[in-house]
Amino acid sequence: MIQEFKKVWKPYAIGMLWLLGLLWPLLGVHPDGTMTFQTTFIVWRYILAGSFVCLIIYLIKVSGSLKFIADPISRAVGNIKTTSTALPTWVWITAVLIFALIYPQFTGRYGTDVAINVLLYICLGLGLNVVVGLAGMLDLGYIAFYGVGAYTYAILNTTYGLGFWVCLPLSALTACIAGCIVGYPTLRMRGDYLAIVTLGFGEIIRIILNNWMELTNGPNGILGIKSIGIFLPVFENGFTFEHFWMKKLQLFYYFALGLAIVAAICVQRLNFSRVGRAWESIREDETAAELMGVNTFIYKLLAYAMGAIFAGLAGAFFAARMRFVSPESFTFLESAMVLCMVVLGGMGSIPGIILGVAALIALPEIFREFESYRMLIFGATMVIMMLFRPAGLIPAKRVGTRSEEKEG
Amino acid sequence: MEYFIQQLINGITLGGMYALIALGYTMVYGVIQLINFAHGEFFAAGGYVGAIALGYFSGLGYMETHPIICLTASFAMSMAYCAYLAVGVEKIAYKPLRKESRLAALLSALGMSIFLSNGLMLTQGVYDAVYPSELFQGRFDFGMVTISYLQIMIVSLTACLLVGLNLLVFKTKVGMAMRATAQDKTMSALVAIGSNRIISLTFAIGAGLACAAGIMYGLYYGSVRYDMGFVPGIKAFAAAVLGGIGNITGAMLGGLIIGMVEIFGAGYISSEYKDVFAFIILIAVLYFKPTGIMGENIDDTRV
Repeated sequence: MIQEFKKVWKPYAIGMLWLLGLLWPLLGVHPDGTMTFQTTFIVWRYILAGSFVCLIIYLIKVSGSLKFIADPISRAVGNIKTTSTALPTWVWITAVLIFALIYPQFTGRYGTDVAINVLLYICLGLGLNVVVGLAGMLDLGYIAFYGVGAYTYAILNTTYGLGFWVCLPLSALTACIAGCIVGYPTLRMRGDYLAIVTLGFGEIIRIILNNWMELTNGPNGILGIKSIGIFLPVFENGFTFEHFWMKKLQLFYYFALGLAIVAAICVQRLNFSRVGRAWESIREDETAAELMGVNTFIYKLLAYAMGAIFAGLAGAFFAARMRFVSPESFTFLESAMVLCMVVLGGMGSIPGIILGVAALIALPEIFREFESYRMLIFGATMVIMMLFRPAGLIPAKRVGTRSEEKEG
Repeated sequence: MEYFIQQLINGITLGGMYALIALGYTMVYGVIQLINFAHGEFFAAGGYVGAIALGYFSGLGYMETHPIICLTASFAMSMAYCAYLAVGVEKIAYKPLRKESRLAALLSALGMSIFLSNGLMLTQGVYDAVYPSELFQGRFDFGMVTISYLQIMIVSLTACLLVGLNLLVFKTKVGMAMRATAQDKTMSALVAIGSNRIISLTFAIGAGLACAAGIMYGLYYGSVRYDMGFVPGIKAFAAAVLGGIGNITGAMLGGLIIGMVEIFGAGYISSEYKDVFAFIILIAVLYFKPTGIMGENIDDTRV
């Protein structure tokens, strides 16, 4: 451990001094012509202490002094893993589903509200996963399709009075069309160019929503969107159906749960289909895929449209639940947040995304007092994940094995 | 006609700023083939540090007595600060990922961008930081056309920086080392050019130029915001692509064109949609002529 420490203390010390030099002009120089050092040192000391603890733990882990704890833990993890693989997957799925179904009975309004958010973002994350995780195209304007879906329902409902169930497929359709329109010119590009162009398109859509006063009411947003209407059987005088507006939060929860489940099933089925294999081949090597007869353009467009459809569905639900939409909800930071969830959980892996969303939505709710640090931590998480665990918390399992990999 | 000339002058002023930011993108891309998403944040940080430095000097009262010295000192210190910041960012977020996939580096850059802009917000507050406005109040009037001293200052300083950069890159030994690293890292290492130092230097120079643009932006519009790096960053990227990414002269030209298009688009078509024009140019260039107007040989991995 001492040896490892000798190796790293120098860059660590330089880094911390570097940080001090970066912090001081921002915190210590005031416009009234004074300089202070107090706040800078306090902030810096906190960072120093925190990072030092992390460094020590990391060093202990590297040097193996932690063996007496790590060995039992890794054995236990191994045991859990073997039992978890021994248990068929449907047991896990049923357990999670049962938990999700009875969850609102145990929590109040607030807990259900957070859970609805989690489910909504799961739907978004799964849609983005099709684009980023399966087809390997970095899409930074994803939230625009969410916005298109939400605005479709909002406009159709407030001006034409169409109900939610009619608008839901229409929202998906318009989002899909928007995806195709955006995708058609952009998908010839690769990698970082694609990322920045999708970002540009996302901004264009947001600017249009913000400025097209006649259609979208501009930055004021659209108010008075109707909730979801449902027909319930009533047995009072004979057997009739009666129309209700969905008001109870629990109903919204179950609807969101249904949406998330449908999205998960769709993504899973797509992943293991011919289409999914085509996407994977594009992700791994586009030129080779094209050589093998995969029509890369069509499949990339399909991935883009698929992602947009999920976003459109989630958007319509968002509009129905909030009963208000404005361009503020569809900024680049939202896109980055969804992307961060996908990256954190593991690109291409459905359980990973669910975990990533839960971590990034639920944890900030627990640490309410650190609300303003939220985006800072998101950014740091993305960098740290890329540095230490680029495949995510639960890495995706490969569908097949490659020839150079060992069988089994 | 007067309106046209007035817009032309405004366009040159804005285009100069975009050119300065675009240079950072293009230089970094030329050396390590990475789009530095955090580059816009160097621009924003520069604006903030410039505001802090100028505020400090005016708080001490030097601003009235020696405005030129104060301004020069603010520019120099802020540019040094941003260079320092950029080197730190490069060492943490990009250097370990140089061998990894491009997606990993891109996501890391994106995370860094979010981190930096929120770091600025937490240390400086969510409200606009105001620049001292008493600087460069005067202006020349030519009939309907006016040129403020500030615009003259911005354009001349931009020109100086661009000429200086050209001299640095094309006439000095360091510049030769930079060009050699951009062409072939292995080969340049064989002739004893430390690629790590050159990459750090490239980041530092790019951030310094972006910082100068940030201060000019602050002086020109009167205030800076923590999230202001985002949109100018993308526009400057569009400028870099328009000029042919990796091409320094192209970036300068591209920046001017993007600035002009934005100003003329806002003046003659619609001011609400002024941000859209740069994006449309970006998409059109990538679609029809991915090599940009000045041309840069591209291979399979780029477009």
